[in-house]
Formats: sequence, structure tokens, C-alpha cells
Amino acid sequence: MINPNSPVILSIENLTANVDDTQILNGLNLEIKAGEIHAIMGPNGSGKSTLSKVLAGHPAYTVTGGKVTYKGENLFDLEPQDRARSGVFLAFQYPLEIPGVSNLDFLRVAYNSRQKHLGLEELDVFDFDELVQAKLDIVKMNPAFLSRSVNEGFSGGEKKRNEILQMAILQPSLAILDETDSGLDIDALKIVANGVNQLSNKDNSMLVITHYQRLLDYIIPDFVHVMANGQILTSGGKELALELEAKGYDWVTEPQPVG
Amino acid sequence: MTATLTQLIPLTPPANPQLQDIRTQAAAYLQEETIPTNKNEEWRFTNLAPLLAQTFAAPNQQLPPVNINGLVIPEAPDSRLVFVNGIYAAEYSSIANLPAGVFVGNLAAATDAGLTVTNYLGKQPGGEEVFTAINTAGINDAAVVWLTKDSSYESPIQLLFIATVDDAAVAIQPRTLIVMEAGSSATLVQEYLHTSIPNHPYFSNSVTEIWLGDTAMLNHTRIQDEDITAIHIGKTAVSQSQHSSYTGNSIDLGSKLSRHNWEIFQIGAQTETNLNGLAMVNGEQESDTHSVIALTKPHGVTNQLHKCIVDDRAHAIFNGKVFVPQAAQQTNAGQLNRNLLLSPTARIDTKPQLEITADNVKCSHGATVSQLEDDEIFYLQSRGLDVETAKILLINAFAVEIIDRIPVASVREKLAVAVKAFKAS
Repeated sequence: MINPNSPVILSIENLTANVDDTQILNGLNLEIKAGEIHAIMGPNGSGKSTLSKVLAGHPAYTVTGGKVTYKGENLFDLEPQDRARSGVFLAFQYPLEIPGVSNLDFLRVAYNSRQKHLGLEELDVFDFDELVQAKLDIVKMNPAFLSRSVNEGFSGGEKKRNEILQMAILQPSLAILDETDSGLDIDALKIVANGVNQLSNKDNSMLVITHYQRLLDYIIPDFVHVMANGQILTSGGKELALELEAKGYDWVTEPQPVG
Repeated sequence: MTATLTQLIPLTPPANPQLQDIRTQAAAYLQEETIPTNKNEEWRFTNLAPLLAQTFAAPNQQLPPVNINGLVIPEAPDSRLVFVNGIYAAEYSSIANLPAGVFVGNLAAATDAGLTVTNYLGKQPGGEEVFTAINTAGINDAAVVWLTKDSSYESPIQLLFIATVDDAAVAIQPRTLIVMEAGSSATLVQEYLHTSIPNHPYFSNSVTEIWLGDTAMLNHTRIQDEDITAIHIGKTAVSQSQHSSYTGNSIDLGSKLSRHNWEIFQIGAQTETNLNGLAMVNGEQESDTHSVIALTKPHGVTNQLHKCIVDDRAHAIFNGKVFVPQAAQQTNAGQLNRNLLLSPTARIDTKPQLEITADNVKCSHGATVSQLEDDEIFYLQSRGLDVETAKILLINAFAVEIIDRIPVASVREKLAVAVKAFKAS
């Protein structure tokens, strides 16, 4: 929801970034306020996923210029774990499998590291189990998945649901969903989108990165940005996504013929 | 034979005169032998130089005082046998309330109880090997566990071998004999630990002989956590009669140099063998596991999973042989060695080795070497874990697959603490 008086959660100014000495982000600007859902769309290689990884602090990406302010702080002053503890959450396009670590233990360690950082009470096994059980319904997850190893042997849809469950438990201020719709059938897509919608409120914000308009039928964005060559080319309301779907990315990425 | 090693064999007559025969035989064998070098295929990757560089004396025959608090496992209140520097320590042991059919004690008590130990002691195949022979040539006592036909013991039996060294470097030669008569079953936790002043080196040369009768079942956890300056060379030889089941969990944490020779002989049909191994080494440690599973009869089943975690400049070695001769048809044998390298200077040598001549069998083997992936660590960081916690979690995840197979909770908990303390680079 758009409220002009909401505080700014994330402000990106003229951001440039490299991976393996190749510049991927070429001066990106974006401002996100509390309560807003922003969608970034763009063709493969436009830099969408790079943006999500730079914001979360992946070590393979190097910021070469620009400024990112998160809740008034320089985001790049924070280690990846401190970004997470202060409310930045990245839902991975390809969530990792961690054999040998139970999903429940993983969730509890993550939850408690955030609680500790915020000076809040850490939960023991029993209290945490209660908290998780209450969140499972958000993504309609079978409790059996809690005792399995993190993402090990999960289907694509189950992995994405697990990401949204983590989001439900960590209650981020800024959730970045990196191609959360990739590899999902329509039923799984609806469950995941429905989970995200339940978690969206006036105090947090979402940055939804996607290649396809389909996801945005279920997560309705307040703003749509089109990205190409590491920059945002154009921005608009939710109708921009439909226009893109109809006309293709060439419409914005290629020079218009004079006529 | 190398002069330094002759000192390891006590010249005094054995406490039990029945031991004289096997002593003499082993000493005769040693006359012709020398300590193996890297030219010997079985010792190709293992550097025995630290053993030869030092002089070790036989330990004082008086029992040194030790503090065993924190070493005993609470699950075994009535079934604990303690040896200190190879000497039986009655005051630290607890064996008074064992039921009929279950014997746990030292060699003298076993003989007094009328158990025919000489039928089994030193009689395992593979005794003609230098380190086993050195142990046998100087044998004076042994930890004996003997379950008579169809008897079983619910609680684990703890065999605690403690090394304690103050000044002179000593050679300790622990010996264990396990006899499981037909239909018996037990759980054994055998530990090689130390209460030494740190940085006082010693040499522990242990030999364990295990006999499983028809349908007998043994779950055997062996933990080697000697002082970081110690050298530990150990043999575990297991003979399995038909329908018996042996599950071994071997954990190597300590010692500057350790070697475990783990030899299983399936002498009966339809026997089952499960070997689970974990070696965790860092600093300058070297840890070597050589296992042999020799099948001889049809319908044998063997499963082996051996894992190594290696940090700093440490070196882990795994050599796993499985022999499936023509007579061992319908064998089902699986072997997997997985290694986690935590530092660019850590080293693994692995050699899974299947020798199959039977034609109707199911056998698989493999080895993997991996590192902690940056992406895995980043995933955990992105959920609020710092790098150190993330590494510990991932190392623990690798180790826990083996640790969870140990059927004694307090042992699992103790190992979980050891994994946490294992410094990630």
C-alpha cells in the first residue's frame, strides 16, 4: 500500500557493482517506503539477481560505487548476518540444501540470532516449536518437513515454501524475493504468493524480483520497475507488468523505431 | 627389529604363565621383522618417523592416581572397566553387580572364572603384523568381556583405557578380548583417553580381538582421543560366525599420529557388518584408518561409511579393502568414504578397494572430497548466523551422520561438544 508519509526503508542511489571484474549494476536508483510492494522485472542478465545478492551481502559481488541506505544506516557497513538480524531478508532463487542440519534447529538458530541482536528473549526448543507450528499454516507446510534436513530432498515448491516460512519467522522489514516463482506450478505459486501476502503489512516492504508477470497476478505490486543493463529503465504501476507481458522486453530495452 | 622397540617388551615373566606361549611366538615373529616404512604398501602414506625418533620406556607397574570424573559414561554404572597405562585399575572399575552370563574383568579374573581365554587370546587372523606382535610379545593383562550363550546385557559396557604421563615417555599396550558366545548381544564403548599433563608424549599400541558366535550381536564404539602429542596405533580384529552382526563406530580425534587397523573376517554365512568411521584432525595431526572386510561365505552384508574432517596442515588417510571371493556369492557390500577439507594445506589420501571374484554380488564403493562452500556459508549468514557459527553448523552436519549412529546418548553428547570445539579455519 502506498502512503506518502511512510518512512523510507531502502534508498538506493546510483549503485554500481561487479562480479568477477564484470560490471553488472550500472547506476541503479530505487526508493522503497514502508508498506510498499515493488516488483523488478527484466530479461535474463539484466542484473536483477545481482541486485538482490548485493543487498544481502554475497561475498562474490563487489560494490564499486553509489550508496544504499537501509532504515537510515549505510547498508554496506553491515556484515551479511547483521543485515539479516536488522531485518533484511533474501528469499533465494535456489535455496541451499544443508544435509545433517534439521530444519527446525536451523530456524531456531536463525530466530534466536535475530532475537539476541534486537535484545529480545531467545526461545528454547519447546517455546520455539510452538511459534513454528503457528506459522506453518501460512505456507501450508507439513510439520514433517521440520524434522528433515534443511531443504534436503525437498521439491522446488517445498523449498520455496520453506523460504517463506523462514520469512514468517524472521519478520523482516525488507523482504527481497529473488525469482521466487521460478520452478513453481500454479498451485505452489498460489500458496507461496498467498503466504507473502499474509506477511505484508504497513510496516514492512517487499522487493519482488521476477522474470514473468504471472507472479504479480497474486502478489499485487504498488510499483513495477523494468530493469536492463544494470539500470532501471522505466517505472510505473501494476499495469506496467501487463504491458510488458503483452509487448515483450524488447519494447523497453530496444530503441523505438522512429515513425 | 629396531632397537628402540625392543624396550617396549617387558622382560619380566607374565603374571599369568599361560601367556608365555603367545608371547614367545610373537617375539619369534618379531626377530625377523622391522618397523614398516613408506615402501610398504600398507604404510605408504603414513609417516612413522615420529615413532622412531623417540625412546619409550615401559610404564611403571604401579598404578598412578587419576581423576576419572567426566570420563565415565552414566549409562554404564555397573559395567565399567578401567585400565590406567595398561594396568588394571580395580578401584575405578565397577563390575560387582553384573548378572550371570556376563563377565567383565581383567585376565586374571577371567581365568579364575573358568573362562578359556587362551582359546581366543592372540588367535585372531592377522596377528602376524609388527604392532600386534609387539603388543602380544609383552602381554601381561587384558580387558575381557565375555557373554555366555544367549545372554545379553542391556546397558553399554564401558572399557576405559586412560593414559597418564608425567615425565618419561612411556609405551602403553592396552589389550582387549571380547567373546560373544552364540545368541548373545551387547553394546560396547571402548575409549582411549588421557589425563596427562599436556605435551608429554607417549605411545599407545592397542589390540582388540572380538569373537562373535552364531547370531551374536555386538555394537562396538571405539573412541581414540589421546593427547595431541601421543602416537596411537590400534588393531581391532573381528571374527564373525554365521548370522552374527557387528556394528563398529570408530571415532579418531586425538594423537599426533594415529592408525587404526580394522579387520573383519566374516567366517560364517549370512553375516552382517556395519562400519562407521569418523576422523577429525587439525593442526599437524595425521590420522590413518585401514579397514579390511574379508567375506568368505554367501549372503554376507557389509555397509561402510567413513568420514574425515581435516583442517590446517593435518592429514587423513583412508584405505578400505573389501574382499569378495568366489565362495561369497549373493554378497551385498557398500562402501563410501566422504572427506571434508577445511584448509588448502590439509590433505586426504583415500583408497577404497574392492576385490571381487564372485559373479553374483551387489557391490558399490566411492569416495568424495569436498570443502565448505561459500554459498552455503552465505545462505546461513543471510539468516543471521555469523561465519564462525555457520562453519560449526556445517562441520557438525557432516559429522553428525556418524555420531548419530552411536547408541549411547552421553557419548553422542560428548562428541557433539568435541565437534563444536574443533576449530574451523
